[in-house]
Amino acid sequence: MFKLDTRHFGPIEVADADVVTFPNGIPGVEGSMRFTLLGRGKDSAPFFWLQSLDQPETALVVIDPFAIYDGYSVDVDDEEIAELGIRDPERILTLCVVVIPEDIKQMRANLKAPILINLENNVGKQVMQHNDALPIRFFLIQ
Amino acid sequence: MLVLTRKRGQSLMIGQDVEISVIEISGDQVRLGINAPKSVTIHRKEVFDDICQENKAAAHVSFNSQELRKAMENLYPLKRSKEESGPD
Repeated sequence: MFKLDTRHFGPIEVADADVVTFPNGIPGVEGSMRFTLLGRGKDSAPFFWLQSLDQPETALVVIDPFAIYDGYSVDVDDEEIAELGIRDPERILTLCVVVIPEDIKQMRANLKAPILINLENNVGKQVMQHNDALPIRFFLIQ
Repeated sequence: MLVLTRKRGQSLMIGQDVEISVIEISGDQVRLGINAPKSVTIHRKEVFDDICQENKAAAHVSFNSQELRKAMENLYPLKRSKEESGPD
C-alpha cells in the first residue's frame, strides 16, 4: 500500500495491485519507475492520469489513442513483447501522453511513442513507433 | 568524445555486435547502415529528444483534474477522423 500526497488529487492510497512498474522509466521523467492510473473510467474520459508514486508532484495526462485517431495501431517487436511479458494482446492498455499547455487549444497527444501497460503483470513501457505518419504532436483541437 | 574518420564503404564496430557502415556521402548528408542485435534500440536523436521533451511537458501540467474536466466539457467532441488531420 502506498500513501502519497499528490499535486492533482491530494492525498491518495494506492493498493499494491494498482502499482504499474516501468523498469526503464519514462524518457524525460527521470526518477520515477512506479506509477498508478488515476481517473480511469471516470467522467474526465477519455483522459486520465498516470501518477508517479516515486515523485508525488509528477503526473502525466494520458489518453486512449483509439478514441482520437481512427485506425491507430501499435507495432511491438520481440524485445518489447519480452520486456512487457505480453501473452495476451487483449490485456495491453495503450495510452498516449498528452501535453496540456496554459493555452489549452495547443493540447496535443504523442502518437509516435505510446505507453503500453500489460494489465496481467502491471509492467509498462513507452514504445517508439517507426511509422513516420504518426506525429509526436497530434493537436486535439483544430 | 571519440572522433574517427571513415570513408564511404568503411565501417566501425561498437563492441562485438554493433556495426555502423558509411553507405553514401552526399553534401552534408551521410547515409549510415547499422547492424545491431534487436535488443539495441536505435532512434534518430532528435526524435528521442523530442519525445523526452513532450513527456517532460506532460508531467508539468498546470491544470488539476477538475479544471481539466471543465475545460474538456467545452471542447468536446474531440474525435476526428484520420482524413481530417494531417501528420504533424
